[in-house]
Amino acid sequence: MSKSAISFNRRDFIRTSSLASGGLLIGFNLFTACKPKVKPPIDISQLNFNDFNAYIKIADNGAVTIFAPNPEIGQGVKTAMPMLIAEELDVAWKNVYVQQGILDTENYTRQLAGGSQSIRLGWDPLRQTGATARQMLVNAAAARWGVDPSTCTTSEGVITNSQGETLGYGDVVKDAALLEVPENVTLKDYKDFKIIGTDAPNVDLDAIITGKPLFGLDYKVDGMVYAAVLRPPAFGQQLESFDDTAARAMPGVIDVIRIGEKAKQLTSGESNNWTVALANSDKVVVIAKTTWEALKAKEAIKAKWIENTPLESTEYQDKQLLGLLDGKKFETLRKDGDINKAFAQADQILERTYESPFLPHNCMEPMNYFANVTDEKIHLVGPVQTPEFAATAVAGMLGRDVKDVHLEMTRMGGGFGRRLYGDFVYEAAEISNAIKKPVKLIYSREDDMTAGTYRPAIKYRIKAAIKDGAVTAYYLKEAAINANMYGLIPNFFPAGAIDNYQVDVANYKSNITTGAWRAPYTNFLAFAEQSFFDELAETMEVDPIQLRLDLLQKVKGTTDQRIEYSPERLANVINVAVEKSGWGKKEAGIYQGFASYYCHNSHVAEVADVAIENGIPVVKKVTCVVDCGIVVNPLGAINQIEGGVIDGVGHAMYGDLEFLDGKPNSQNYDSYRLIRMKEVPIVETHMIKSDVAPTGLGEPTLPPAGAAVANALKAATGNRFTAQPFSKFPELMKVPEKSIIG
Amino acid sequence: MPTINITVNGTPQSINVAGDTPLLWVLRDHLNLVGTKFGCGIAQCGACTVHMDGNAVRSCSLPISSLDGKEITTIEGLSQNGDHPVQLAWKEVDVPQCGYCQAGQIMTASAFLGKNSSPDEEEIKTAMHGNICRCAAYSRILKAVALAASKMG
Repeated sequence: MSKSAISFNRRDFIRTSSLASGGLLIGFNLFTACKPKVKPPIDISQLNFNDFNAYIKIADNGAVTIFAPNPEIGQGVKTAMPMLIAEELDVAWKNVYVQQGILDTENYTRQLAGGSQSIRLGWDPLRQTGATARQMLVNAAAARWGVDPSTCTTSEGVITNSQGETLGYGDVVKDAALLEVPENVTLKDYKDFKIIGTDAPNVDLDAIITGKPLFGLDYKVDGMVYAAVLRPPAFGQQLESFDDTAARAMPGVIDVIRIGEKAKQLTSGESNNWTVALANSDKVVVIAKTTWEALKAKEAIKAKWIENTPLESTEYQDKQLLGLLDGKKFETLRKDGDINKAFAQADQILERTYESPFLPHNCMEPMNYFANVTDEKIHLVGPVQTPEFAATAVAGMLGRDVKDVHLEMTRMGGGFGRRLYGDFVYEAAEISNAIKKPVKLIYSREDDMTAGTYRPAIKYRIKAAIKDGAVTAYYLKEAAINANMYGLIPNFFPAGAIDNYQVDVANYKSNITTGAWRAPYTNFLAFAEQSFFDELAETMEVDPIQLRLDLLQKVKGTTDQRIEYSPERLANVINVAVEKSGWGKKEAGIYQGFASYYCHNSHVAEVADVAIENGIPVVKKVTCVVDCGIVVNPLGAINQIEGGVIDGVGHAMYGDLEFLDGKPNSQNYDSYRLIRMKEVPIVETHMIKSDVAPTGLGEPTLPPAGAAVANALKAATGNRFTAQPFSKFPELMKVPEKSIIG
Repeated sequence: MPTINITVNGTPQSINVAGDTPLLWVLRDHLNLVGTKFGCGIAQCGACTVHMDGNAVRSCSLPISSLDGKEITTIEGLSQNGDHPVQLAWKEVDVPQCGYCQAGQIMTASAFLGKNSSPDEEEIKTAMHGNICRCAAYSRILKAVALAASKMG
């Protein structure tokens, strides 16, 4: 990581400073220093701000506003990304105010929430933005004093010269904004950080706990109407006709319209199946004065659906996927050595198949979006993880210039990947375009769970060869619905550790829409592989952790540039997890399971502790060790780690969605089970102290959790879970008599 | 459509909507109190929790016609300055991730602690079991409720 001497010109300054995704407005007010406990009620719009660059505005009185562009879905970037700017700008964090920026493709890039990449990719550019602004402020003060800028220092928004004279940032901002952008800025040494590495509460905390409007669902404008959409109840159906007589007679109903023509324009340029499929049928829209009236009248629509593609069921798809695992049609993503030769020469071969269901995302805030399409502009507001893509797609769909689109991002009540897909944005835009009114589209929970872009059902078959006490071959085959693992994943552990190694993939194209779900592919692949390593260790009669460490030893010093993970860092988190969890030293009645994983650039090891209560195994605790480099905001990081682990445990235990004739078997929380308070284990978090640039935390602690639990359940019950969710197999949860006594 | 008279956060309100309109949508769409959230519409997730005469109730499943004369408190009215002990504990612990379910969590916790100010951990877990947090900030919710109890006790 470069710590100094970074060249800039003015254009680079704006462009590079926007590499991280997300939107924020930071302001700090120097008046607050007098009353540190109470933030004064500042109306930022009343302050006389001077534009400084795309991120930073500083008012005459010293109040500072910093903009940054990434969407906030609960991953904490609205807090952590401004910390990076504020650190190098050298202002006091307690005086920083943060707000969401708008979509601005001129000044920002990668305004996106996905892949746990915001902090990793924002680390250098956001710090450079702060440091460059600070240097310009110093240069302006130095010019006023007639001194060399290098003799000046800054602290908490105040510039001091060698004579002890001071100027606030607000005193010199007008001068500074006119200066040339410095060619070289020096970033702080990591040891001098005052903000990075300290605990910063969620910047929206006050608004959240007092119920202020923050979310897309809360957004309103005068004259806005509400829209509820009736979509095909099953995948494979399309709308033929409908009778809206009863709906039109209901209170509050303004209109009932048919949409779909505009959305069909999307299909031409789209390769992703979700867009095509979700746009593949016309839909019936009820427009009403209130949400309830719209949702209720939607139920009164009598629609006739026709089957345009086969209505698929889980049982049928399972057969297709198993057929792919057995079949000869596949693509090879990585091939080292010769697995066939190694299997032919093996002393022993272990083969297992692992199976996962579809999963809905179940964001707590159901999908919703605001659109107001007029001849002048297209105003879009709401929760979407991919605002730039959505704006471009809407403009294309409506035959408009993308410059007509003004898009604002709201705080999101969860994302988990569902809001990477803009189907609800397109619907809202098409509706507003048709009725020429500002409209809020709202999904009921049933709409949300039945019009999903689900985590696809996937099956893995893993086969290993053992010869002379060593693993000599590893063969992984993926059979997935619609698409396969992305290209980096075959280079995760154990790639590089086993001489004969091959990853093959095949997929079955279904009309059920699928997409990214928190930690795509790895969310189940980690379960399969980390369960398999436990079985492999049992077969080889070695300690399961020692097996992993021995394999990692082989990767150290590798010259294979494709290898994505660091064997040293992975071995380190494993060793720390052994120590912190008391692995192998637990009291009687506690059964432990281990898993480690690398994904989204971070290294994680987890140990699950299971106890038997009333004859049933219960997950009591998960020890989680994470190496994500420098931790920008430990308070937020721990929340992400705990949430990821519990989410992983919860979906491994309970997450399930089956289809029968194209319809999901759950539509709401009366039948779909999410983990709740009484089922939650204690999560003990340990973060490796590091001076390496930070990597993501939104996803990496989820994937290993299911395997850690499965391995602990094996220890507790003697039964091996190879399919999720575990709650579907109560017979495997039974504890043998001796275990209860033991 | 008969007029329903309710008190919301101390203010009398006369409501003229269809009688089957759930309290949730009266609050959000008619009274512009959007702090109370829509999650499931069938009283399963707890995002819409408010207080009715001091008890935690699911506003998504309470038709307005059944509420004449009732006193309703929402997250906006839980305290004057966001300083109810539960809100203060939420701040101290930094509970939220996405934050969407938190109003419901806070309303459930505050009603519970109003009746049991010195609960043990199992009692807290049971009280909070009906509120889903999809981000799974459960560890901090548990910690914050216990902290609030200590502040109130």
